[in-house]
Amino acid sequence: MLAFIVRRLIGLVVVLWAVVTFTFLLIRITPGGPFDRERKLPASIEQELLKRHKLDGTEGRAWGIRVGAEFGLKEGLRIALGNAGSLGQQYFSYLGDLLHGDLRLSTKYRDRSVNEILAETLPVSMLLGGLAFLVASTVGVWLGCYAASHRDGWGDHAAMFSAIGAISVPTFVTGPLAILLVAILLPIFPVGGLNGLWSLILPALVLASPYVAYIARLTRTSMLETLGQDFIRTARAKGLPEREVVYKHALKVAILPVVSFLGPLAANLLTGSIVVEAVFNLPGMGGFFVNSILNRDGFLLGGVVIVYCAFLVLMNLVVDVAYTLLDRRIRLF
Amino acid sequence: MDAATAPALVLDAPPSLRLSVVTKASLVYLLLVALGAIFVPSLLPEGFGQPSPQQYLPPGAEGHLLGTDLNGRDLLYRVFTGARISLLVGLAGALIALFVGTGYGILAGYVGGRTDDWMMRGVDVLYAVPRLIFILLLVYAVEQPLRAWLFATFRDTALVGLAQYTKIVILIFSLGLIEWLTMARIVRGQVLALKSLQFVSAARSLGQTNWKIITRHLLPNLAGIITVYLTLTIPAVMLDESFMSFLGLGVDASQASWGTLLADGANVINPVKSYWWLLLFPGLLMSTTLLALNFLGDGLRDALDPRRRER
Repeated sequence: MLAFIVRRLIGLVVVLWAVVTFTFLLIRITPGGPFDRERKLPASIEQELLKRHKLDGTEGRAWGIRVGAEFGLKEGLRIALGNAGSLGQQYFSYLGDLLHGDLRLSTKYRDRSVNEILAETLPVSMLLGGLAFLVASTVGVWLGCYAASHRDGWGDHAAMFSAIGAISVPTFVTGPLAILLVAILLPIFPVGGLNGLWSLILPALVLASPYVAYIARLTRTSMLETLGQDFIRTARAKGLPEREVVYKHALKVAILPVVSFLGPLAANLLTGSIVVEAVFNLPGMGGFFVNSILNRDGFLLGGVVIVYCAFLVLMNLVVDVAYTLLDRRIRLF
Repeated sequence: MDAATAPALVLDAPPSLRLSVVTKASLVYLLLVALGAIFVPSLLPEGFGQPSPQQYLPPGAEGHLLGTDLNGRDLLYRVFTGARISLLVGLAGALIALFVGTGYGILAGYVGGRTDDWMMRGVDVLYAVPRLIFILLLVYAVEQPLRAWLFATFRDTALVGLAQYTKIVILIFSLGLIEWLTMARIVRGQVLALKSLQFVSAARSLGQTNWKIITRHLLPNLAGIITVYLTLTIPAVMLDESFMSFLGLGVDASQASWGTLLADGANVINPVKSYWWLLLFPGLLMSTTLLALNFLGDGLRDALDPRRRER
């Protein structure tokens, strides 16, 4: 078991490296730089900024041009090689900083480091996402079990109808509507902003609603399949009460596909939701994801993506371990 | 499926679809929305779509059935012109996803073996990457150059007018290019099952080329499942588009989609004074349309695959 976990953690490092490389190259190759403005900055200031953010790569460029000259290449090729050298130098120095745990300065929010920004916003997102995750998994699984065990009854139909409904209504409709109804017309919840745990309840419910529906549908399908199996007939034949058959015997098997959905879901929710955080005016991490791309803020984007991927891989690891605990037939290690 | 009992060219093609009431109702509703998108804006009085001083009229006031917005434009007009954009993006994006996903799925499933493994591993990786990165970078990498190219090539011709559509076209392509993953998985699974059946081996032993086997024998059998997932991809693409527009990154403001309207509507919800109709009506129309599309997809799936209904 330990060897398996260690192997997966090594895999995590490889994944992070690949993702960092991918985003770094993408943001550097696509047109537009972090310091492009409507009016072009004076060359000296731009140089200064590039230097401060370790994006100049002068030595790499000089090295590329020198190598190009040595091989007697044409001018155009030499410049291309110089650009490649410059990019290479920037990339390797970035990797070096990352290995020291330094996510660098944001190029947009000049005086703040990415570490600082993440340390401030990630806990908010994690708290909101954690609440939403709890709601989505518990309510979703319970609703799915209920619908499956009352198959084709009106409860089943009502649950599945509202599930498709909840999947169809986007959170940027439910969010503002919820604010209007239970924060403005009936002032039960605060309108927005972060002010204690109570202010996170409504955003968490809004964030959870489509996932509740999704998990309920998934659970119902899987549960119906399980309820048709032989060991359930045995359990019923033993005279176990139906409640025990569904929630104790069948659920243990039926929950497996749900568990594998929960891994990526947890990573998604814990790293913040752009819409819900914007609608409820919460200082979470979600907004930085979009803004960092729009501002060509490569280091901030890098930090956000690293956090997201690390969560994703770790949660998938948790799922795999949970699988072996839930289903003894599966052996990973 | 049992190979011995399946020599038919087209398997299980239902002679007539048995659709549930909900599915039929969804279909009718979608047709109504589409008709509304086509005709309603031109049926409204002249000038309803133009900015006017009558801002924030509540629903029903002065002939404005759904009220007016910040610029005094009629909301009914805007909701249905928005429907044009949203439905167009959804349909076109889903079609692109359909072509890419089906092609990829057939290739992976038909070739099989290690190629299949690698292609599906690629799909798994793409599932994990945040899709927003792709859309944003694609839009930003392609839009400016394309627009510049259009201006340079068609400078004194009428075609320069195309430049205003670059953003929406790129958006459609990038949404289509990220929503094909599920389609690829489903199609691949079906192809894997189909290609081991007797009629495919029969066709092969008669010397049919791979291309003919795919187009004549596999595609007709895939048509049903492809239709189902097409109906389910449309709402997914529409949700993505409205999400982008909500963030202000989607279609240009001149071509407001439902997402744009919803973003405007969400902005005027505040404790002081809420112009609720600007949020409620676009939200209602969009949600019911997505609901109908999802019901239609589910209903078609049940009708085409009776085994699923049992679950």
